[in-house]
Amino acid sequence: MDLTKKTLLDMLYYMKLTREIETRIERKLYRQGKIVGGVYVGRGQEAIAVGSTILLEKDDCICPSHRDMGAYLIRGMSPRVIFAQYMGRKTGATRGKDANMHMGDMSKNIVAFVSMLADTVPVAAGIGLSFKMRKQKQVVLCFFGDGATSRGDWHEGLNLASVQKVPAIFICNNNQYAYSTPIEKQMAVKDIAVRAQAYAMPGRTVDGNDVVAVYEATKTAIDLARLGGGPSLIECKTFRMTGHSAHDDVKYVPQHLFDEWEKKDPILRLETSLMRDKIATEEDVKRLAARIAREVDEAIALAENDPFPEPHEALEGVYADQVIKPPLSIADAFFPQRK
Amino acid sequence: MAPITYLEAIRQGIWEEMERDPNVFILGEDVGVYGGAFKLTEGLLDRFGEDRVIDTPISESAIVGAAIGAALMGMRPIAEMQFADFISCCFDQITNFAAKCRYRWGAGVPMVIRAPSGGGIHGGPFHSQNPEMYYVHTPGLKVVAPSTAYDAKGLIKSAIRDEDPVIYFEHKYLYRRIKEELPEEEYLVPIGKADFKRRGNDISVITYGAMLHNALEAATLLAEEGIDLEVLDLRTLVPLDKEKVLESVKKTSKVILLHEDVRTGGIAGELAAIIAEEAFEYLDGPIMRITAPDTPVPYSPVLEEFFLPKTSDIVRVAKQLAAY
Repeated sequence: MDLTKKTLLDMLYYMKLTREIETRIERKLYRQGKIVGGVYVGRGQEAIAVGSTILLEKDDCICPSHRDMGAYLIRGMSPRVIFAQYMGRKTGATRGKDANMHMGDMSKNIVAFVSMLADTVPVAAGIGLSFKMRKQKQVVLCFFGDGATSRGDWHEGLNLASVQKVPAIFICNNNQYAYSTPIEKQMAVKDIAVRAQAYAMPGRTVDGNDVVAVYEATKTAIDLARLGGGPSLIECKTFRMTGHSAHDDVKYVPQHLFDEWEKKDPILRLETSLMRDKIATEEDVKRLAARIAREVDEAIALAENDPFPEPHEALEGVYADQVIKPPLSIADAFFPQRK
Repeated sequence: MAPITYLEAIRQGIWEEMERDPNVFILGEDVGVYGGAFKLTEGLLDRFGEDRVIDTPISESAIVGAAIGAALMGMRPIAEMQFADFISCCFDQITNFAAKCRYRWGAGVPMVIRAPSGGGIHGGPFHSQNPEMYYVHTPGLKVVAPSTAYDAKGLIKSAIRDEDPVIYFEHKYLYRRIKEELPEEEYLVPIGKADFKRRGNDISVITYGAMLHNALEAATLLAEEGIDLEVLDLRTLVPLDKEKVLESVKKTSKVILLHEDVRTGGIAGELAAIIAEEAFEYLDGPIMRITAPDTPVPYSPVLEEFFLPKTSDIVRVAKQLAAY
């Protein structure tokens, strides 16, 4: 295994940072009314975005979904920008235009998610197609949940990616629930990875709460893609340790499932193995937690002081070459003539 | 230069842009080896190769989604719908993804979706529709619909160069029915600019697409009876050239809004509202609409002939309006 100590510690940092940011978002800022609208977190799923995205080079690209906070962080989106995004500030990734995880930044090759699940799957195929056309060695990671694999766009996207042999890696957060609908009501197959067979691409199921397993599976897929071997599908089995969103009381999930999966917590597992292998001490882990809490405190303080957009900015940015006129302009233009 | 067809003009425009910019490529169903269902892309594969002329599976969502992804990475994709009718299959990718990227996170999606639209070819309910208004109603998209070979070439070139997603409705009834001599030198037709195809003083006919030719035919017939039509070709539905619409209406004071699309929710309703709001005191008669009825496009020639607006409809309405 080629995992260095540094990479392992980096992964621990990003997983813990993800957890801390999302805890503040869901359990503090949202409850304090500082974040409005929908809030979706990936508690318990942090290993998936982190164990995969950590492998990327600068020019590679990601299409994250709504429980992949770690992917944004690794690609360089700052916690301050993320908090500002959630609080609707001008300094957020969408300048107040869009909410929560709908963040993108093409300077970091982060493609913004939309609420229509699996829409980014054909988009990732097109990103891969552009790499192939330009004879570049880049890859694109495309993330989605189990629910998204039931949509037609998912199947169309995988099929086109495979026919065109594009360098795309499709990563499924199989957290076993699509909102309230358990996996057995979503699909008749046991493993989402078997769907890869229909598109003649490698499909693997891994323990999504084991960051090293995610890392290794993604590395194999990336190596194949960079050599021109085409796309892969990786199914990461995990569990959503929250409701679908912050307002969901999640009564439909039996408590024993939460209890079982709590023991498989990906952060706890990595910490335990790092201490067992003498890569980190308990003291190191505590220091890391304190450092992250400090970083997050600072980011929230900055974001809370960031300005909201001006109301009229709602009219900007629809097109590159024009600003939309407000509907009132007609009245303004017309009625003065009648005086 | 010999006159060329509307179809050939579109091909020339695409060809020139592909020669000019290596980022331009085309993808769609049967666009490569077969040369497209209408043979519009014939020859492109031989010239530009299969990396830039891509035959796809029957997957309209994947075609448009892939075009979006490539555009985000700096390519200039042209996604072909085999028939405009099939654009409903990728409605979500167009309206939720392509249209909103710039507004949400500042990411430009410079891409063109070509959509062969319109009736008159006995294509029936699924090969004849005019679905432009679904997209006119979606902020973030530009929508063009040329009616002449000159405009078709100039607008496809502008659409490919535009920084935002453009839906290019090409009227398939016109493909081989109209011909025109085009300039030898390169030219563009700007998006967002309407064009007076005939100047006149009595009644403004505002239209686009294949109906332009009916309007011009009606104008010739009515001229013999002393009714002088002005014919304004919108060419672009988004952004709408409101200034030229108002300029014409303020001059003639009477207006007919003409389109092949069905009546309810057609662009005529929007134009009528603009004219009522901004030129009410210039009007000397009711704002008249000539459109298809609110039905699917029927197949039988008898039914389709009844469905489509005709030159005789324009003549009849113009005479009523002239006498008003």
